[in-house]
Amino acid sequence: MTVASPNDFQESLQPQGWLRYFSFSLDHKVIGLQYLVTGFIFYFIGGALAGVIRAELASPISDFVGRETYNEVLTLHGTVMIFLWIVPVVNGAFGNYLIPFYVGARDMAFPRLNAVAFWMIPPAGILLIGSYFITGAAQSGWTAYPPLSITTPALGQVVWIVSVLLLGGSSIFGGINFIATVLKLRRPGLKLMQLPMYCWAMLGTSILVVLSTPVLAGTLLLLSFDIVAHTGFFNPAMGGNVVVYQHLFWFYSHPAVYIMVLPAFGLVSEILPIHSRKPLFGYTTMVYSILAIVVLGLVVWAHHMFTSGTPPWMRLFFTIATSFIAVPTGIKFFNWLATLWGGKLALNSAMLFSCAFIVNFVFGGITGVALAQVPFDIHVHDTYFVVGHFHYIVYGGTVFVIFASIYHWYPKFTGRMLNEDLGRLHFLLTFLGFNLCFAPQHWLGLNGMPRRVAEYDPSFTTLNQISSVGALLMAISSLPFLYNVLVSAFRGEEAGDNPWNALTPEWLTSSPPPVENWIGEAPLVEHPYGYGVEEDTLSLEAATGRDLWGGAGRR
Amino acid sequence: MPIPSSLVTLLVGMALVLSGLWVGYNVNLLPLDASANAPVYDSLFRVLFSIGTILFVGIVGLVLFSLWRFRRRAGDHTDGLAIEGNLLLEIVWTAIPAIVVLFVGIYSYDIYERMGGMSSLNDHAAMHRMPPPETIEASVMVADASTVSGGGTESSPRVWGGIGTAAGEANVLPVEVTAMQFAFIFHYPEGDITSGELHVPNGRPVELRMKANDVIHAFWVPQFRLKQDVIPGQPTVLTFTPTKAGSYPIICAELCGPYHGGMRSTVVVHEPDAYEAWFQKNSPLTATVASAPGNPTA
Repeated sequence: MTVASPNDFQESLQPQGWLRYFSFSLDHKVIGLQYLVTGFIFYFIGGALAGVIRAELASPISDFVGRETYNEVLTLHGTVMIFLWIVPVVNGAFGNYLIPFYVGARDMAFPRLNAVAFWMIPPAGILLIGSYFITGAAQSGWTAYPPLSITTPALGQVVWIVSVLLLGGSSIFGGINFIATVLKLRRPGLKLMQLPMYCWAMLGTSILVVLSTPVLAGTLLLLSFDIVAHTGFFNPAMGGNVVVYQHLFWFYSHPAVYIMVLPAFGLVSEILPIHSRKPLFGYTTMVYSILAIVVLGLVVWAHHMFTSGTPPWMRLFFTIATSFIAVPTGIKFFNWLATLWGGKLALNSAMLFSCAFIVNFVFGGITGVALAQVPFDIHVHDTYFVVGHFHYIVYGGTVFVIFASIYHWYPKFTGRMLNEDLGRLHFLLTFLGFNLCFAPQHWLGLNGMPRRVAEYDPSFTTLNQISSVGALLMAISSLPFLYNVLVSAFRGEEAGDNPWNALTPEWLTSSPPPVENWIGEAPLVEHPYGYGVEEDTLSLEAATGRDLWGGAGRR
Repeated sequence: MPIPSSLVTLLVGMALVLSGLWVGYNVNLLPLDASANAPVYDSLFRVLFSIGTILFVGIVGLVLFSLWRFRRRAGDHTDGLAIEGNLLLEIVWTAIPAIVVLFVGIYSYDIYERMGGMSSLNDHAAMHRMPPPETIEASVMVADASTVSGGGTESSPRVWGGIGTAAGEANVLPVEVTAMQFAFIFHYPEGDITSGELHVPNGRPVELRMKANDVIHAFWVPQFRLKQDVIPGQPTVLTFTPTKAGSYPIICAELCGPYHGGMRSTVVVHEPDAYEAWFQKNSPLTATVASAPGNPTA
């Protein structure tokens, strides 16, 4: 089997130095960083859009932007943050950078497909953002429910569909590539159950991507036929059914939540053991719980539709299925807690963001189990309670992990350390701002504020203003971060090859790594989490509860 | 003599559970409960809030304790314990969440049934098998769908979703709701009244038969803890029994266009006498005909 590699291009055609990052490079590390930087550009665009929303909601009347503009902004905010920031970064960026190291390969299985997948993103993003200035953006929310998406201005909606189709295609290409790489490109001698946890997370995520994204693509194609060719798939005036669209849409878009959080689970599983100096607790159960989340994640979509026209049995089935996702997810969290227990925890930025992820995600998970209960959901569905809930999952969960990962892998990307003081300042501002912004929204939802509104009951003004202040803090928190990553690339402390003294394979080469990853053979890492002092180890059979709870081996 | 850590753990656990229960039952985050199913909803909320508080405080406590207790001391470059797993622990923390979510699932199913959510909306076979409506004992149970037979006739269009249907009940007040960009229109077939506000008598079950003219809307009254999408092309039904007189907001909860945030109305719950007066004053039928047909006095 021949594998295309970056060297397949003639030397003269392959740009060197910084120009590589603007080229059709086949190097998985270049592509990973292309994803990462592109993702951050869209993160700041999406953040600015969130700023518009919070500025509008600082007062109870619609006064900051026009009503149609407001709907365009909230549609763009959702679409940009999901399809151009979180999905490409936790999958594309870290997946491309890390997976070949973890499996002991010199590149991804399909390097050209990989580059194609990345280069579909900038045009899709430019199309989406550009639609606001040229045709007017879509106004029907990131869910694009018909008939609203059929009756709002057509051109913006069609551009939105084309953009999401491109991004979905990119995601599918990436998913195929990850599955092939993890399953077929492992270094000889490396067993599946020896892979770092992020490989398993990406394997599970990619299975979800490949199974569910085509359904979204097909649905959006039908929707575009309804808009352009006046077919009647989802148009009730022509006998179409709007609830069918919701089923098809959520068949992708609920697994999309796991496409956004499973890779984050994987990344945290890499970060925690290294900074705790302990093995990852319960490797096998972690693997099985990922697979359980993948299977269950495919059969819970209708919990987004409890107030739509769904029959009672369906509401009941999806309540139970959704509740049970809490079990494998809970296993993962308990295993992380056990990983921390008895470790030697470095309280650096990567660790702080990871622990804050646990706290935020547990909060979002608890409100999630509550939301899974039909009677509970019927009151708070489509309210700010849900807005608060999913921001705790995708921001408090995934985005916190992205920041933890930047602090953790920046030395690998650049060979230089980030400034820890600025990192902790960034953490503090982000954590405070995030909770200030989203915690009050749960109360607002319970007490009568629906989502996606530009105006609201004046009695909710104070809490909305607190929420807006939180959003401002989050915006400010990105300043020390930006300064840190930009300046440290040139003036940061030299990191050396393995500043964290880690055992996972990406640290067993130079930082930044050479093209094709290793000088000579890839190392065989059979124990990626083999930390721990053997002489301190107690026999678990002989250990008493007191030894375990008291941090055994310390005394 | 130091206190054994197992005892400390037990005491901390008990304190956690008790404080979680206290928080769940004493911290009120919900608006006024003004319908028969709102107190039922609130009891579910209190249970979920208690369990959630216990889990959240417990886990945050463990994270904070670990960060403090196991923090790396300056100059310490050694590793922690090489514990790779523990099957018994894994079984415990698989079983406990499984039991908790199973309990929550069964309990919320019970709540849902008490709210009328499990009544068959379009299963005609089930409707015919159902015994005749029993006398309703407790006032709280008025909305209980198990005492109410399925709605509609054989020829009625298929009804999609909603909470309960009280069509079999004698004194149910039917109201036709039409949602459009950006208003709710209420029509009372009994008195041929068309209104922009919903007026209902206290204590009498109301059945909303809802349809949408243009896009999807949602009918939501936070004080009733009820919401149902109003879907073009598919009629939906929502049944509730108001229990407290007053005015409450009706809110559209599904993005329906530029003025979505302004799509609001009011439900006015009158005492039965006041409702009767409102009805007589506004009905074009009773304005000329003295006796309102089929209009029960409370």
